Amino acid sequence: MDAVFLSRLQFAMTIGFHYLFPPLSIGLGLILVLMEGTYMVTKNRIYHDMTRFWVKIFGLIFALGVASGIVMEFQFGTNWSTYSRYVGDVFGSALAAEGVFAFFLESGFLAILLFGWNKVSPGMHFTSTVLVCLGAHFSAIWIVVANSWQQTPAGYHIVGVGDSARAEIVNFWELVFNPSFLDRIFHVYMGAWQAGAFFVISVAAWYLIKNRHTDFAKRSIRIALVFAIVASVLQAVSGHQSADTLVETQPAKLAAMEGHFEASAPADLYLFGWVNEETQEVTGVRLPGMLSWLVSGSSETPLTGLNAFEEGDRPPVNIVFQAYHLMVGIGILLILIAAVSGIMWATGKLWNARWLLWILVFSVLLPQAANQLGWITAEVGRQPWIVYNLLRTKDAVSPIVTVGEVWFSILLFGAIYSLLFVLFIFLLNEKIQHGPEDAAKLELAGKRA
Amino acid sequence: MDLNTIWFILIGVLLAGYAVLDGFDLGVGALHLFTDNDLDRRIMINSIGPVWDGNEVWLVTGGGALFAAFPEVYATAFSGFYIALMLLLVMLIFRAVAIEFRSKRPDPGWRKMWDISFAVSSIVSSILIGVALGNIAMGIPLDADYEFAGSFLGLLRPYPILVGLTTVALFMMHGNIYVVMKTEGDLQEKARGWIKYTIGLFMSLYLIVTVWTLIGGEDLKHMTDTIYANPWLFVVPAITLLAILNVPRELHHGREGRAFIFSCVSVVGLLALFGIGMFPNLIYSWPNPEHSLNIINAASSQKTLTIMGIIALIGMPIVIAYTISIYWVFRGKVVLDEMSY
Repeated sequence: MDAVFLSRLQFAMTIGFHYLFPPLSIGLGLILVLMEGTYMVTKNRIYHDMTRFWVKIFGLIFALGVASGIVMEFQFGTNWSTYSRYVGDVFGSALAAEGVFAFFLESGFLAILLFGWNKVSPGMHFTSTVLVCLGAHFSAIWIVVANSWQQTPAGYHIVGVGDSARAEIVNFWELVFNPSFLDRIFHVYMGAWQAGAFFVISVAAWYLIKNRHTDFAKRSIRIALVFAIVASVLQAVSGHQSADTLVETQPAKLAAMEGHFEASAPADLYLFGWVNEETQEVTGVRLPGMLSWLVSGSSETPLTGLNAFEEGDRPPVNIVFQAYHLMVGIGILLILIAAVSGIMWATGKLWNARWLLWILVFSVLLPQAANQLGWITAEVGRQPWIVYNLLRTKDAVSPIVTVGEVWFSILLFGAIYSLLFVLFIFLLNEKIQHGPEDAAKLELAGKRA
Repeated sequence: MDLNTIWFILIGVLLAGYAVLDGFDLGVGALHLFTDNDLDRRIMINSIGPVWDGNEVWLVTGGGALFAAFPEVYATAFSGFYIALMLLLVMLIFRAVAIEFRSKRPDPGWRKMWDISFAVSSIVSSILIGVALGNIAMGIPLDADYEFAGSFLGLLRPYPILVGLTTVALFMMHGNIYVVMKTEGDLQEKARGWIKYTIGLFMSLYLIVTVWTLIGGEDLKHMTDTIYANPWLFVVPAITLLAILNVPRELHHGREGRAFIFSCVSVVGLLALFGIGMFPNLIYSWPNPEHSLNIINAASSQKTLTIMGIIALIGMPIVIAYTISIYWVFRGKVVLDEMSY
């Protein structure tokens, strides 16, 4: 295995692990705002307790997000130094902006969110919650700006030739609002909201099954379920929008997502299937012309297929196809779960429908899986380019970093992340088992002390 | 002043912000095992509890700003120091989770494991940061493409290691003063007792580094050229030294807050000295100084430096304002409550 492959593997592993946490911070952050906001309006003590419980969990998630996030920022330089030299002028700005506009805000006000309960007024505490939530959302903006620029570069020009060529900014706002940015940030947000909403629903559903903290659990579900329904439906809209943009911006990726090989022909949509890249055949259930219809309104419209690209310019097809179809499948499943739960809630049957509560307990895994699969689709679908049509992944690694060194870091991070993952689940489980504190009891204890 | 120089200074400001802020919490970590009971250790951790991860953002933002303003430096240093950086990342990860995980279970074995993890990761992170700075000052071999042409073991030379140890000692002193400021009673007395050792250790190492830098070999000469050429700059080491010497006096008079401010001044002074020595280079190349990365050949375009300048101009005053407010909210002695670590 060469250093390029290993560096890709390392990046995939470290970003895959990291990306378990930011969507939860974003989604849960918004739910905290809703819960504490409800408390501010109703002054009902239970919402205060709910916020406190979820804030503690938020703290744990945030710590893991920070710890695994620093790795990401350093890794461009350590493993992808040629890439860094080539795009630093453009890409670095987005990362720096993320630090200035998002990370300081998020981590600064997190202090008040976690430890400031008795030090600031309720209004100030709520403001801090809002700012932490905003910070989490801002950080996604800048990281998606950076990644979208890799997918659909804009607002730059190439200066220099050969080894000294690099991209430089021509127009900052064109760079930020590059053609795929808005679709993708929306898609990322909805995925994060789903992750947060189903996380809260899952824990609360488990309490209901165990008949513990039932009032707390029902109120948590009510807030999170509304949120889950909205996010799941909007996610479908957003996914469709993203695919539409791909026709223009990244036709090779779109073609790989549906295994569409013919250079120019109406494209089918597969419900599921398996791609044989050698024979260029897809075995599965297809809706003829459906992809063309979805993106153009006519099933006859020819779409650019993989054969329109040189062999060396095509992404791996089956991985992209499978990741994409699984993601879409999960997306549809989440809409179904959210809709059924909503109907059961409206008809007053949700709290006693144990079969559905069990489904909700496990539903937490689905948005997480879909988020990972979505990024696999996006990143593998961009190959063989690291910056689409500008720089190839194989040309982007650090020339001086050896295979042995990358092995060293892969094994190191592999071991540490496995350990952290186990500890995270263990501690999360302990917090959930322990459950929310009863405010009345706490106050009594406080008075006695 | 041209944009390249401004960005050299701004990167320095971000690093100084990091050294002053994360410096004290790394120092608290390095001192962590000096107390042996759980309550003292909890108070020490909670003294940095609300602020440590905001402090670390200065490093993250400094890294991002370096990437944006001087991508060549970011690429060369990060790929060149590959193994060292991976170790630093591991240490920062362990530090973060040690702070978060320690309090989650009462079991003494569990706590001891995270106590050791917290202390070791704080010490090793500080050493690695210092060793990296020492290497950048002493010069590392760069080829004509500005790629690092040495090895990991080649970075472990006496001078950079000495700078690494000095960095730990500096942060321990800085953290020690912070602990005195944030605690009361027995623990504060204990922490006061450490002060003469932490200041003594730092001063001794600082003296050795200074002498070595002054009389050291050809590769270190560039670090003192600027200051010899502009003697008024000697005011910087003078202020630094006076600030450090003033710390025991302030503590003696019970003015802990002022002692801490003087400690901050000394940290900033040391980084300023480093910056003055390095300017206009960002990575000094030795034995081929002509391959050094400086504020011109390592920089992004003027357009990007301008845009970044606007971002900094809008963003940083707001950041500094709310950071000060947040420190103000958590002023005074540490009080543990049920949300504490």
